[in-house]
Amino acid sequence: MSAGACIVGIGETAYCRKPGSGLSQLGLQLQAALHAIADAGITPAEVDGIMPFPNLGRAEEFAANLGCSNLRYASTIHMGGAAPAASLGAAAAAVEAGLAHYVLLPAGWNGYSGSRARQTIADDVASIPGGAIARDFYMPHGFTAPPQWYAVMARRHMHEYGTTAEQLGAIAVAMRNHAQRNPRAVMHGRPLSLEDYLASPMLADPYRVFDCCLETDGAAAVVVTTAERAQDLPADPVKILASACGQPYPADEITNRKDIFQTGLTIAAPEAFGRAGVTPADIDFAMIYDCFTFELLQQLEEVGFCPRGEGGAFVEEGRIDLGGSLPVNTHGGLLSEAHVLGMGHIVEAVKQLRRQCGDRQVKDSEVGVVTGWGDFGDGSIAILAR
Amino acid sequence: MSAYNKPLPELSGLHGEFYEFCRAGELRFQKCDGCGSWRHVPRELCAECGSWDWSWQASSGRGKVFSWTVVDRALHPDFAESVPYAAVIVEMDEGVRLLSQVLGVEPSQLEIDLEVEVVFDSVTDEVTLPRFRRASV
Repeated sequence: MSAGACIVGIGETAYCRKPGSGLSQLGLQLQAALHAIADAGITPAEVDGIMPFPNLGRAEEFAANLGCSNLRYASTIHMGGAAPAASLGAAAAAVEAGLAHYVLLPAGWNGYSGSRARQTIADDVASIPGGAIARDFYMPHGFTAPPQWYAVMARRHMHEYGTTAEQLGAIAVAMRNHAQRNPRAVMHGRPLSLEDYLASPMLADPYRVFDCCLETDGAAAVVVTTAERAQDLPADPVKILASACGQPYPADEITNRKDIFQTGLTIAAPEAFGRAGVTPADIDFAMIYDCFTFELLQQLEEVGFCPRGEGGAFVEEGRIDLGGSLPVNTHGGLLSEAHVLGMGHIVEAVKQLRRQCGDRQVKDSEVGVVTGWGDFGDGSIAILAR
Repeated sequence: MSAYNKPLPELSGLHGEFYEFCRAGELRFQKCDGCGSWRHVPRELCAECGSWDWSWQASSGRGKVFSWTVVDRALHPDFAESVPYAAVIVEMDEGVRLLSQVLGVEPSQLEIDLEVEVVFDSVTDEVTLPRFRRASV
């Protein structure tokens, strides 16, 4: 039985839209990385593993800027927004195998002031696994961007299970409510009602503007090491009980899946729960990758927090709110805090397990889940515990 | 030709063969010689049975609307003048699904299982896109 691995450091930049971060994409990530390294109580030179987010930087440039003169482990999990939670598993395996002592996971971008998230596919179809398929079979018909790709799944779910706009709205409102307790959130001080949600313009019907994640500037990072080394470090370590990832089938093409609702998480979640030795009923909170409202609902179902088709009722009954049975995205998520590519979800989970969340603290939190969603439905999950 | 300014497929490899048939007014999909499975998008071999043997077979051209999204705000500059439009998944009678547009049907009139049939939209001299219209009875 392995002694396990832990998250021992977290770091973030400020999150903003206008006027922009004023830093380069790399500079932003370096700032978050330095915060995480300092939080871990180590020096940059001790970082000997780096796992950059796909397409947002190379390990070599991180190392050269930070002074990581002994970079021994460098890899990237190519799963888009599912990469951070998946990378926790790879980083844990790396430190437990002795491939590196301290692995840095950075992620960040100028998602507002730089290349907007919405333009990524148009600018570079090669950046996603199904790029040539999107180029040749989707884009000529105007099926060009993530909200459109996923909206077809949402509509089908509405057809098969009766999921409603009000239920998607309940998610948007819950995330916004949580952001009111998070001064770092871009939407702090800007509450949203269900009426506001329903009145917001359609973007990719059934997705309204408020079903869609923010586009923001900012970066976050974490540091992973062994449980043994963690004992000598200043912060309360957060254990990585298990991390797993998976892909829908086929992962490179959305329309021809026999089961349109199956994502990578459908496969990854049971595996992670099995390895962690816990069940969805044991989970105190969940940080669910909320690129769009329906994807949050879908992941609640595919993780097993509720049966498929019952996600709408689940979110409408307030269970995902602070004080509910499964508080989700207590920071406000991609919808209301900032779009930090899923790394912000890990940072918030660590804060919850360190019990540093102030008036948004989930009481007596012991074990939580973080998920990731990327590309055409790749999925990842990490189960973390104090 | 007038200047068609929207994204076009690359006409190479198996994708190019698919569009070559469209240009000739035929909707064809790959059909496995081994197990008879239809497939789309084009693949090198059959994921169902592993056979490398296949041929381009004519589709009935008929199918039903499986799902769609109405794009009210273009997220690609070339579609800015086209909104609102619907990107539609059509499930063909052969079982494969195709992402396309349904011409002559307002986005608000779309419904799941709406019966449609293929039409060929010659957008440039080189490229013909398979689109759909409400099926004739």
